[in-house]
Amino acid sequence: MYNPQLNKNGELAHLLSIEGLPKSILTQILDTAASFMEVSARDVKKVPLLRGKSVFNLFFENSTRTRTTFEIAAKRLSADVINLDINKSSASKGETLLDTIDNLVAMHANLFVVRHASSGAPYLIAEHLQRIGRDDVHVVNAGDGRHAHPTQGLLDMYTIRHYKKDFTQLRVAIVGDILHSRVARSDIHALTTLGVPEVRAIGPETLLPKHLDKLGVHVYHDMNEGLKDVDVIIMLRLQNERMTGALLPSAGEYFRHYGLTPQKLALAKPDAIVMHPGPMNRGVEIHSAVADGSQAVILPQVTFGIAVRMAVMSIVAGN
Amino acid sequence: MNIVIENGRVIDPKNGVDRSTSLFVADGKVAGLGEAPAGFVADQSIDATGCVVCPGFIDLGARLNSIEAELAAAVAGGVTSVVVPPDADPPLDEPELADRLVHRGTEIGKARVLPLGALTLGLQGERLAELAGLKKAGCVAFSQANKPVTDTEALLRAMEYAATFGFSVWLQPQDYWLSRNGIAHEGEVSSRLGLAGIPVAAETIAIGTIVQLVRDTGCRVHLTRLSSGAGVALAKRAMEEGLPLTFDVGVHHLLLTENDIGFFNPHARFCPPLRAQSDRQALSDAAASGLAAICSDHTPVGADDKLLPFGEAKPGATGLEVLLPLTLMWANAAGVRLPDALARITSAPADVLGLANGQLAVGSVADICVFDPEASWQVTPDALKSRGKNSPWLGYMLTGKVKNTLVGGRVVF
Repeated sequence: MYNPQLNKNGELAHLLSIEGLPKSILTQILDTAASFMEVSARDVKKVPLLRGKSVFNLFFENSTRTRTTFEIAAKRLSADVINLDINKSSASKGETLLDTIDNLVAMHANLFVVRHASSGAPYLIAEHLQRIGRDDVHVVNAGDGRHAHPTQGLLDMYTIRHYKKDFTQLRVAIVGDILHSRVARSDIHALTTLGVPEVRAIGPETLLPKHLDKLGVHVYHDMNEGLKDVDVIIMLRLQNERMTGALLPSAGEYFRHYGLTPQKLALAKPDAIVMHPGPMNRGVEIHSAVADGSQAVILPQVTFGIAVRMAVMSIVAGN
Repeated sequence: MNIVIENGRVIDPKNGVDRSTSLFVADGKVAGLGEAPAGFVADQSIDATGCVVCPGFIDLGARLNSIEAELAAAVAGGVTSVVVPPDADPPLDEPELADRLVHRGTEIGKARVLPLGALTLGLQGERLAELAGLKKAGCVAFSQANKPVTDTEALLRAMEYAATFGFSVWLQPQDYWLSRNGIAHEGEVSSRLGLAGIPVAAETIAIGTIVQLVRDTGCRVHLTRLSSGAGVALAKRAMEEGLPLTFDVGVHHLLLTENDIGFFNPHARFCPPLRAQSDRQALSDAAASGLAAICSDHTPVGADDKLLPFGEAKPGATGLEVLLPLTLMWANAAGVRLPDALARITSAPADVLGLANGQLAVGSVADICVFDPEASWQVTPDALKSRGKNSPWLGYMLTGKVKNTLVGGRVVF
């Protein structure tokens, strides 16, 4: 099947989604990221891989954290980084997404890092670049709607590999609002591609997409059952706006059933790790004692995230 | 003007005609089949060798955003009558607007224009439009296009009022609450791509409500663009009960499913959404068994309105010029005989409308399509007369090409 992320030689031209990427490319990214970990520990934290190239951070949706990590990663690769907060500029003047892209391509952009509220927006950009014959310009998806957040998925895999070494013996539970989560979708595809035998999704029916089983996921409504003997727990952020509709009655009731407390964590394997894509809602999806506890690897995730984003950008845009 | 169409395969599904013969047209009517009427002297002859000669197609749903181009597209696609939904800008909720549309259609003189009047003012679902006035201005029935009536009491009153005058109400069954945020069928694909879903229940709940109100009011209702197997089953049951109910399906829904969204292809965004393979199969079965009419649901959309992320792109596809080839493609895939397939776009929609056209009996109006069932053509923006170049079939070769179209005995294409 045609895959808009890969070039004619099967190499990664854009990172739009984990779905459809072969295991070899995921492993290549993780291995490359491992080699960059050392760069971040140096006094001079720079390598010249993207010297002379322009990376445009196109954030149609606000995110200080993800944008900052992409900015740091691009700068460590010696790229020029331009941050565009589209909410405040073109879009409000009625310029279309693709007009914005054409203008930035005319300014010799080499790589777009795109965050957009609509699922699929980075695909539209990648297909447009192909249509206008600019295969030298690349797209990295930094989160599109509910669809995908592939660099988050990859940094989660980096974290899991760092602590657990081997994917093929693991039980991984993803807990919370999977329906609205692009992180969950990217994690699910990455985990199944890398050979994790058992991926569990835990949450109330209102926060689970239909047909999750078709993605190779086992669904649990009872967290006590779902956490039993797992090696990895990925907690998801619960957006405040989920409380206003009919999805959930209250943050308190949610926390009682799906919040990760020390008692529930004890059901997992003793050496289980706890992950969270941040920012956390303490007391909503996670108890502070767990968030700050010895099994949490939430801050290392952030550090790994820089190396993983360096790896992705150097692979798609490096020569 | 006397016209003879010679050597074609004349298919008139309504009257069970399927044979190679000549068709004679005089005074805007079918004047003879096989044998010329007494004293017939042809002013023009059309050679239909290798072609099918059938009634012109009656399209139960086509939006005419730029009326001249779209009516030219209609006859280029063999469509001789178009039912126009009221969701134009402004909505067709005043008799003068309907009057103007009908006049404009007559002036252009291509396909016949059969407007649907707005059931409620501004399609807001609150206050009734002047139904009798709209009827007098030429509206054939009343509709909300694809805007649901949220208020069930308003729907009940509208149907009671329509029933008083014997008017038909056309409704696209879609529960407002379950469909307002959705952009794709709630299923495997929407889950995978992270697209907000519209569950099948949005359709079945609406059909359940409508059927109950038909039972209570006796109002004649035509359900437009069913999308699900469960919806078809409900409509079928109501029809078996003897309720005055009919329904149609969009031709794209007979051929495409949620999987055709691929990587967010905005051309696969429809209202109602493309659903699962089992739904497509049920729609196909309903059409094959003669239960449902087929329409193009022609929705021309500007290029800029499709060059957007899937959820922001306008739904719909251009349809008038692909109605025939897609119906043939469906018939071929579903094992439906050509006359039965043509019935779905000729006599079946005529029955829905209660019109006598859609047939070639001697004396009937000479709305005729002559097409080559073997000729292939490529769907490209330039090949389409419609302003709407939006099609999931762009680049594809389709089989079935219209050679001539006659409306009221005049060659208009």
